[in-house]
Amino acid sequence: MRISFSEWTRSGSPWVWLNAGAVAISVIMVIGLLGLIAVRGLGHFWPADVLQATYSHAGQESVLVGELVESEMVPAAQLRDSGIEVPEGVDHMQRDLFKVGNRDVTGADFVWAIDDHVTARSYPETLFVAEREEWGNLYGYLRSIKQNGELVGQYDGYDAGPEAAALWDELQRRIERARDLHAQIESIQKGEIGAINYEIERLRLKERSLELKNVSDPAPYADIEARRAELNTEYEALQGELLELNQAMNRDSFTAEVANGSTVEVQLSKVVRAFQPNAMGLFDKIGHYMAKIWEFVADDPREANTEGGIFPAIYGTVLMVILMSVMVTPFGVVAAVYLREYAKQGFLTRVIRIAVNNLAGVPSIVYGVFGLGFFVYFLGGHIDDLFFPEAKPSPTFGTGGLMWASLTLALLTVPVVIVATEEGLSRIPRAVREGSLALGATKAETLWKVVLPMASPAIMTGVILAIARAAGEVAPLMLVGVVKLAPSLPLDMNYPYLHLDQKFMHLGFHIYDVGFQSPNVEAARPLVYATALLLVVVIALLNFSAIAIRNHLREKYKALEM
Amino acid sequence: MSQEATATVPDLDFDTPSARRKRKVRALKDRIASLGIGIGGISVIIAILLIFFYLLYEVLPLFQSAEVEPWQQNGAVVEPYALPGGGQTLYLAMEEQAEIGLRLTDTPALVFFDTRSGDIVSEQPVALAEGVSIRSVVDISPARRLFALGLSDGTALVLRHDYKSSYPDGKRVITPEIAYPLGEAPIAVGERPLDLLAVNGDGDDWRLVGGSDGVLTRTDVSLTENFLTGEVQADVDSQLLPSQDVKPNKLLLMPDRRWLLVAAPGGKLVVKDLQSSDAVPQVLPATTGEIRQFELLLGGTSLMLADDKGLVSQWFLVRNDQGGWDMTRIRDFDNGGKPLSGFVTEHRRKGFATVDSDGTLRLFSTTAERNVLNEEVVDGDIDGIAYAPRSNALLFEKDGKLQFWAVHNEHPEISWSALWSQVWYEGYEEPSYVWQSSAANNDFEPKYSLMPLAFGTLKAAFYAMLLATPLAICGAIYTAYFMAPGLRRKVKPMIELMEALPTVILGFLAGLWLAPFMELNLAAVFITLLVVPLSVIAFAFVWAQMPNRIRFLLPEGWDVTLLVPVVILATMFSFAIAGPIENALFSGDMRFWVSQELGISYDQRNALVVGIAMGFAVIPTIFSITEDAIFAVPKNLSYGSLALGATPWQTLVRVVLPTASPGIFSAVMIGMGRAVGETMIVLMATGNTPIMDINIFEGMRTLAANIAVEMPESEVGSTHFRILFLAAFVLFMFTFIVNTLAESIRQHLRQKYGSL
Repeated sequence: MRISFSEWTRSGSPWVWLNAGAVAISVIMVIGLLGLIAVRGLGHFWPADVLQATYSHAGQESVLVGELVESEMVPAAQLRDSGIEVPEGVDHMQRDLFKVGNRDVTGADFVWAIDDHVTARSYPETLFVAEREEWGNLYGYLRSIKQNGELVGQYDGYDAGPEAAALWDELQRRIERARDLHAQIESIQKGEIGAINYEIERLRLKERSLELKNVSDPAPYADIEARRAELNTEYEALQGELLELNQAMNRDSFTAEVANGSTVEVQLSKVVRAFQPNAMGLFDKIGHYMAKIWEFVADDPREANTEGGIFPAIYGTVLMVILMSVMVTPFGVVAAVYLREYAKQGFLTRVIRIAVNNLAGVPSIVYGVFGLGFFVYFLGGHIDDLFFPEAKPSPTFGTGGLMWASLTLALLTVPVVIVATEEGLSRIPRAVREGSLALGATKAETLWKVVLPMASPAIMTGVILAIARAAGEVAPLMLVGVVKLAPSLPLDMNYPYLHLDQKFMHLGFHIYDVGFQSPNVEAARPLVYATALLLVVVIALLNFSAIAIRNHLREKYKALEM
Repeated sequence: MSQEATATVPDLDFDTPSARRKRKVRALKDRIASLGIGIGGISVIIAILLIFFYLLYEVLPLFQSAEVEPWQQNGAVVEPYALPGGGQTLYLAMEEQAEIGLRLTDTPALVFFDTRSGDIVSEQPVALAEGVSIRSVVDISPARRLFALGLSDGTALVLRHDYKSSYPDGKRVITPEIAYPLGEAPIAVGERPLDLLAVNGDGDDWRLVGGSDGVLTRTDVSLTENFLTGEVQADVDSQLLPSQDVKPNKLLLMPDRRWLLVAAPGGKLVVKDLQSSDAVPQVLPATTGEIRQFELLLGGTSLMLADDKGLVSQWFLVRNDQGGWDMTRIRDFDNGGKPLSGFVTEHRRKGFATVDSDGTLRLFSTTAERNVLNEEVVDGDIDGIAYAPRSNALLFEKDGKLQFWAVHNEHPEISWSALWSQVWYEGYEEPSYVWQSSAANNDFEPKYSLMPLAFGTLKAAFYAMLLATPLAICGAIYTAYFMAPGLRRKVKPMIELMEALPTVILGFLAGLWLAPFMELNLAAVFITLLVVPLSVIAFAFVWAQMPNRIRFLLPEGWDVTLLVPVVILATMFSFAIAGPIENALFSGDMRFWVSQELGISYDQRNALVVGIAMGFAVIPTIFSITEDAIFAVPKNLSYGSLALGATPWQTLVRVVLPTASPGIFSAVMIGMGRAVGETMIVLMATGNTPIMDINIFEGMRTLAANIAVEMPESEVGSTHFRILFLAAFVLFMFTFIVNTLAESIRQHLRQKYGSL
């Protein structure tokens, strides 16, 4: 259908199309954002091939060994400014970022290289990657394995062969042994020694509180002293055991030739895992990938949070959210029931309703400030004065912690629960209530047996939305108890098991901290993407379930809405 | 069967004792439930109100006036007591806890006394040579407890009063001591008696200027410690200063030991540069009367002088266009036109206290230009005054007696003008808005202007709204009015899901991915902004030319699906042509061109990045509310319009949008509220520098981010702490008012169209 441009404009269609364009852009932005996080977050765990190549830079040639991380096009002018020769007539050059590891040898994990200057590329099968407890990854060729300083096996070539394979298998066996010992040491340190230290600290506080109460009877002091001596003996025994395990773990070492030709020796106890990415088949890679993902969700962080897992952060987030929902649900529901069922409807309830609604829009940092001032300093300070004078001057509840963080978030999310519950209550037809009352039920019985069960999906929706909001909120938590690295989990086997006063780790804060406060942002970045992905998935699931429950609820009571 | 049923129905008696009991229990339960719910509901509402009142409670002390009262000791007022040690007072000071005072008498002796009772703690004579008397006493630095005596034989003695705390039997005991930083022997300054003296220095280098009758000598002292004996040796170098046309009344030496300030008769202020011998001294008419008080403020950068009418003015050196320094009158403090009998500066803050001839005590803060107290404390002139180092007590000498007063002056540095107006800070060339809450040194002038933060907040919100408003409103219009219902059910939750996306993720992406990406592809980003709408229109026009057969393949309201590939292709096209365009117009790199050719400074994490990231966070809020508002417009209105022959677009613009406009307005307001209070995105995607610049390529610091950055480090109860609470309070009130306005508009709208 032919139509002239002016006629077309007069019909207003261009505007309609522009509006449609806005929708398209918004949708693309959402999907693009989620896609970016997903690709970057999931891609990190895939074992990338390790490249070996010659890199000529400033007239010198050097060997480059590493993984290609990303590439970008850089304008020639910018390159010329930084002293790189660019041939005439070239506008842009590709620049690659390689992860070369070996921070202990070269000082930097990452290297930028002009793509054209990287020549003689190969992917040797014997090139291996070792993830270590410190100094990041090692890239190189395995040269020898030593036990107590004595040579066990050796190989000097670069080609794959039975000799190389034998040495490699030996290495894997020994790494496995070292990891086993490492796990034993961890469990003793965290479990038994942790428990002893905790009890000794409790004894100290007990003694101090006796002193504060001016108890002069020597009997309780003697008891404490006896128990302390007992614990100290236990501690000594465990220390001896630890020492032995440590010696056993530090038995082996290996040497490797790295990119600049030098040979480095590494203690096997410091190696988390070693693999030869170029020699791995698809299934090996999938196995490796799964193992890495498992490590990510189930292990403690290593190397200033830039490696390893985020288990404590997941744990802290979940625990905080559970505590928060335990606090927010009853209060939110009671407030909503009061507003809708009990309070006299009038100007005042309308004002309160508007105020509650608006509190959902008050910046979260304001709640953080309130939490810090009122909960931590005011309430916490008084609680310390009353109940924990023996621990002073170090604060118990007078500093940020799990309890104050969940309370602050409960306050932040209570409007969400109130609004959702009220909406649910308002959907219940009057006839249902009146029917119940007409049958002789009291108001409380009607509420408990009729109204609340019918409103329960709405309450669930509100609580889930509150949880979704709380799980993603970071700003207030920064003020009331989140830390970058918590030494122990807030729920453990030491009495009183749940440590409400303890600081904890949080996924959202982990993203902020690792992404922006970390000493090695480049190395940590993929991990941050993975953390972000996990957080997005959790929150999206929570939201979808809220939506599903809401739809289910609407279906269920459709018949009643006449 | 039914017969059976009727037969088994028992006689119902509701009035048995057990039924009555049960009813009672039920009634009781009901009452308990209503009571519990009432209490619970009201307490939750009170808890919410508590936020408001608690913030206010923390903020209010900032604006309270100071208070003074006679010191209370063990429930009793400390009565004035006779001068401990007798004689005339030459110098009066107090130690840190304000428990012990120091008096230099004309005997001469140093008397340490209990400030509460006047009991002498210790007394030691000042050892002077035969026939030598004290001609002048100067306060070098009250904060460092240094003072100096100018003697009649042309020598000077520098003293420091030190205090040691010890805790025998758990009680604090303070032992006073006198130290001689330049050695116990007086330093020879010149030939003449030292009627005038000015001393400054620290560590090993000191400078003394003194003399009488207009003849001044400059003496430099450098101390060297003997490694073996540990003895301190003073190397002295004296030089006569060129004679003055004016006869000085008072001298001051600034801490850099370069500038000598002289108060001369006729209210003249002379500023002499000691570094160059031939520099002409600046002579300034400081006042029409005579200069009576002449002191340096904490830090030694500012000069405070008061004339015989009691007008106090603050002066400091300001760099001029020629690279030199001009002594400039910064501000005046009105004292009610009466001459001053006492003037003393604070030890830890930029503030001072004056007592006029009526005995009225006034406390001032210089930075805030605030007079925090006006109270008559004595009757008539006083003879001496001393401030406690913590500014919590004052000591007055009056008619041979000492009076000890407690001062409650926690937050003098805050006033409306200090927070919201331009303030001329020490060392600045002109009055300006600055936020700088802390520094490494103690004598730093805290700069608490909220303007840069408020500006940054609005700047970030503005750029975010610039992106979010058109996208969200246009998108909502299409979704609500043109889109097919099946598609709408999918698109709406998807965009609303964005709202639940944690902002920390948006901030992280903005800071670590978008900011470097944008720096590299600046031109491409701007070209995309231009190309995408154009290509949408172009595609739409081409589509309109298509034969109906093809156009009708797509059901009405699904056309947006066609645009998704168009937008993606247009973006890719923009990135492809960005390189050549950059080469042609911006000599290869637009980011370089911006900073080199335009001279606009470019931060990697800038307002544009924040605008995009925060726009992202705000879009779903605005979208969702706008969509609801448009969708809620009664269908019969638009059907009527369409039936009268209007095109869908005309119906939308003339009928639907005006009806929905209050809802759209409230959506924008709520979005604005969210942008203003957003913390994590700005924290991560800007450099957090509190500058005031509208430049889109520079960063900012917002109120919310400032709280997040500084709150963990601020001391509880300090001025800084309370100002951060004030910032939170401002945010709270702003969003609360904006949201209430938006909410009431929405309610109003709902009522208005509920009947249609």
